[in-house]
Amino acid sequence: MKKTRYISLALFAAGIVACQLIFTALGTDYLLIQLTMSAYYALVVIGLSLLMGYAGQISLGHAAFFALGGYLTAVFSTNQLQEVVSHEMLTRLSRIGIVYSSDAHDALYRLHPALSLPTVIIVTIIIAIIIGIPILRLKGHYLSMATLGFGIILYRIFLGTKVFGEADGISNVAPFDIPGFFPIGGESSFRVPNYYFAWFLVIIALVLLLNIIDSRVGRALRAIHDSEEAASAMGVDTGRYKLIVFIISALLAAIGGFFMTHYNAGIGPSEAGIMKSVRYVSIVAVGGMANLWGCLIMGVVLNYLSLRGYFGSYDDAVFGALLIAIMVFAPNGIFKKEIFDKIRHFVSRIPCRFSK
Amino acid sequence: MSFENVIQYFIAGITTGSIYAIVAIGFNIIYNTTGIINFAQGEFLMLGGMISITLVQFVPLPFAICAAVLITAGAGYLLERTFIRGIKNPTPLRMIIITIGLSILIREAALHIWDEKVRSLPYFTGNEITSIAIFGAHFSPQVLWVLGTSALIVVFLNFFFSYTTTGKSMRACASNRIAAALCGIDITKMVSLSFVLSAAIGALAGCVISPITQTQYDCGTSLAIKGFTAAIFGGMGSSTGAIAGGLIIGIIEAASISIIPLAYKDAITLTVLLGILIFRPGGLFANGDASSKVDRP
Repeated sequence: MKKTRYISLALFAAGIVACQLIFTALGTDYLLIQLTMSAYYALVVIGLSLLMGYAGQISLGHAAFFALGGYLTAVFSTNQLQEVVSHEMLTRLSRIGIVYSSDAHDALYRLHPALSLPTVIIVTIIIAIIIGIPILRLKGHYLSMATLGFGIILYRIFLGTKVFGEADGISNVAPFDIPGFFPIGGESSFRVPNYYFAWFLVIIALVLLLNIIDSRVGRALRAIHDSEEAASAMGVDTGRYKLIVFIISALLAAIGGFFMTHYNAGIGPSEAGIMKSVRYVSIVAVGGMANLWGCLIMGVVLNYLSLRGYFGSYDDAVFGALLIAIMVFAPNGIFKKEIFDKIRHFVSRIPCRFSK
Repeated sequence: MSFENVIQYFIAGITTGSIYAIVAIGFNIIYNTTGIINFAQGEFLMLGGMISITLVQFVPLPFAICAAVLITAGAGYLLERTFIRGIKNPTPLRMIIITIGLSILIREAALHIWDEKVRSLPYFTGNEITSIAIFGAHFSPQVLWVLGTSALIVVFLNFFFSYTTTGKSMRACASNRIAAALCGIDITKMVSLSFVLSAAIGALAGCVISPITQTQYDCGTSLAIKGFTAAIFGGMGSSTGAIAGGLIIGIIEAASISIIPLAYKDAITLTVLLGILIFRPGGLFANGDASSKVDRP
């Protein structure tokens, strides 16, 4: 890792701390709620940036992975668990400690938190492999339609299955409560630690991704992005690298969904919808595809604005307009020198026009 | 399952299937001249339906439909002129993202113009309870309108592409752009025309299906995906394939309702889509090199 990376990361961490201090000092620390949620969405965005920007593979189904993580943990930690596992089985499992009841009177069994996260991770990896191996062989329109199709299939399953709460989704999800650690949930007394936990996850993911980009894998990815045939001819196992990146980005999305569900105490089918997937793609496009920092910043800014309701009833329209505007005027994202040069050039000519 | 039920499902299947076929043909027209998959294709159907529903309050039904088709065709031209033509380096990723963006914008505009109420055109002949019986199966006369219109569109397009100079020029454009340009064919005009044409047939299909499936601001997406499945099923770019694909998808969908819950209907079609993309990306009727289809930008 280069020295400048450390500086960027340190600045970023300082920014996170500064936000918290300022909001707390101003007494507006409810704004931290949206920032925490933005952090979880940002996990999806930076994962997708690796997939789209560096490996050049579009995914219009990433919201499905986010929802997968969220829905699985929601089933594990609410009454829905009894829909899939019989009562006798639950009592038996609770004896050996795999599931436990949070309340002696209430017969609410939950999968032990130390098990639910690994389960979600394993399931996500398995699904990413099953889906990824065949569809990553496709290109262009075909790949985008296949990922879109995968996304809609999962959306329909979440929407139509009783275990996943059908159209209502699952609510009353308990906080993610590891003994000896503060609960990851929406309780206002734990708002600040939760905020730091979310951003801690983002920084870990960021360090991981920056290291991947700088490594042999990263070089292989860039070769694939420029020309898959050439990369393949040079001995790069293109299929393997694409799959690895697909799994990593799916995992980041699922983990984001996992903690988001605990933080929000619930999840609904709209989290898996096409519009969500398109939204992630548009954020990555605005952030400049192969630009992790750009994607991260846009992910936080746009999600924060959207969650605070600044876009009103034009929420989806804003993201649609952004997509078109970026692709037509600045296909490399807005954090590019040429854009600033263009603007500078434009601005510097304004006095000339008036002086005539 | 009784014989009547089979007929009933079959008719329901070919009715929606013929609409999917029209959407698939719309995809193909644009794909052939530009190499772009227009993700906003389904929105043309929604626009056609919505505009005609609004106009039918003021003018007789045939005029409303004609006007809706013309307006939507104009919208198709505007989209191409404003957003597609100016792109100098149309990589697939860029074009996918732009057309997705367009479809969202059209949908959101429709939401703000017509709100989220479900509307429908009146039945062209009779009303909701008029029915025709064939082999003991009952169906609405609107089914005949849908099938007839779809057949008419197919015949018209076939004639247009085989016997008119413009149609032949468009086909030339599809098979080799550079050669077509060298022969003096105005490529830009052909691309515009392809958008106009596919918007127009989309709008017409949107009008005739409206009494049966109803029209809502967001009905375009699922139609587009089903239409795309049909297009892929028959092999991207092939008209005959699109018709066969559309009808098969329609029948699979109608039959699936009798076996699995209605909630999973879309999931079935999309599983079919994934299956085709994975195993036969060149389409069900492709012979030989399917990978060349996949590589096409």
